[in-house]
Amino acid sequence: MPRYAALIYGTEEAGGPPEVWADIMAQYNAFGEAAGAAGVMAGGEALQPTATATTVHVKGGAKGGDIVTTDGPFAETKEVLGGFYLLDCGNLDDAIKWAAQIPGAWLGRVEVRPVIDFSQG
Amino acid sequence: MEQHPLAEMLRIEGGRVLATLIRFTGNIDLAEEAVHDAVVIALERWERDGIPDNPAAWITTVARRRALDHLRRESKRTLKESVAGPLLDERPMVEVDTDSAIGDDRLRLLFTCCHPALGIEARIALALRTLCRLTTPEIARAFLVSDTTMGQRISRAKSKIANAHIPYRMPEDHELPERLDAVLATIYLVFTAGHHAAVGSLDSRVDLADEGIRLARLMAELMPDEPECVGLVALLLATNARRGGRVDVDGELILMADQNRSLWDCGAISEATALVETSLTKRRPGPYQIQAAIATLHGLAPNYAATDWPQIAELYRLLEHRVPTPVVRVNRAVAEAEVHGAAVGLAMLDELLRADVDADVTRWHLYWATRADFLRRLNRNDESIEAYDAALKCNPNESDRRFLLRRLTELRP
Repeated sequence: MPRYAALIYGTEEAGGPPEVWADIMAQYNAFGEAAGAAGVMAGGEALQPTATATTVHVKGGAKGGDIVTTDGPFAETKEVLGGFYLLDCGNLDDAIKWAAQIPGAWLGRVEVRPVIDFSQG
Repeated sequence: MEQHPLAEMLRIEGGRVLATLIRFTGNIDLAEEAVHDAVVIALERWERDGIPDNPAAWITTVARRRALDHLRRESKRTLKESVAGPLLDERPMVEVDTDSAIGDDRLRLLFTCCHPALGIEARIALALRTLCRLTTPEIARAFLVSDTTMGQRISRAKSKIANAHIPYRMPEDHELPERLDAVLATIYLVFTAGHHAAVGSLDSRVDLADEGIRLARLMAELMPDEPECVGLVALLLATNARRGGRVDVDGELILMADQNRSLWDCGAISEATALVETSLTKRRPGPYQIQAAIATLHGLAPNYAATDWPQIAELYRLLEHRVPTPVVRVNRAVAEAEVHGAAVGLAMLDELLRADVDADVTRWHLYWATRADFLRRLNRNDESIEAYDAALKCNPNESDRRFLLRRLTELRP
């Protein structure tokens, strides 16, 4: 069966009343349950805000070049999201190290965004 | 305003232990709050009972207790071992908080605050806040932004450290060159923001230059085997030593050629010279050591005419080879012009302009001021006037503006 990535775009509202947040979460949970029950759901994560993003690039157009890290999300209109991996790493330095091994890091840029851990109250 | 001596001592001691508390708590905000509380308690207690033998250990013990109390209050659930573990460690403080342990913590904090995944403005703000213990309004004033903007910048950086899990540790050997560059660049920018104020008189932010020197000294003390750390201290000291002669009583810039050299700080120049000589014996030269060597050559020259321009030009050539930035190339043009004449300097600026596709250099007032000076020396007055006008359009600070205006008045018939 074909698999599709659904990438969720939206504005980043700072704060907001907790009841609004709770309502949005309930709507997402409802979708998750519905899609899960239908056998459609293969996985997914919520991401921390773009303020926590780091963009990784390997210089020289080939593996093993100097790693350049910059603060913030990758925002270049000509290049678009082509896929993603979920990496389990102990900290940002390890995540950068692994991101720099992805061919996209020298063919383009890789944006590293931490995933929200809902189990940490 | 006269600082209470005990309060000033506590500011310094508090800064030394903050890094340790951040390691214990894994949370900059909580650590700041705990250290603040401990300092308030210490001020009251020490005034009454006298200063304890190991002030840092005393503050650490109290701050650690406060942090633990806070965590217990905050969370009704049982504390997660990972968070509370280090806090619950009941080993005697004296063993834990030796000077070298405190030093290691401060080094970790510097590397975390200056992580390349943080923007340069955020790095500067965090370093000033956590290691120099400046308040948010103080940092906001130094960088000409509102308290709110600076507060957001700092809290965004702290949140990125926490949520993206920027580790609180020393970089590994293979990461060290890049990570050390990021730290030294941050410290250098703290210094230059103070040494050459963007707005107002050139000397209006010298307090920030002093903070830069303090951070550079800390780095050299913590990593004495890294010649670039020592080179940065030497560079900042030798540059700062000439602070006294830079502006006249009206706040107008005085060129190095016309400065009263008796106002320079000879002590700082000799310290810088000794540091450069020591670091160069390690035979691992880098941009900061080369710039420090240039700065000490200026500092040691008895007068402008006696400056060792051939050696300075040679050092700029070495520097340009490593860091071919427009700033370095303009400075090299100045040195080459002193050796080979203004026409050679001008040709180098033309070349720079041709290579400068983004026109970055044309937004920099010192590029135009240097060009104007070469043209003036070549008696091409009309073109020189145009270049001085262009320099004024780049929003120089008040001291530089006055100087440029005077030059224009002298040139206009």
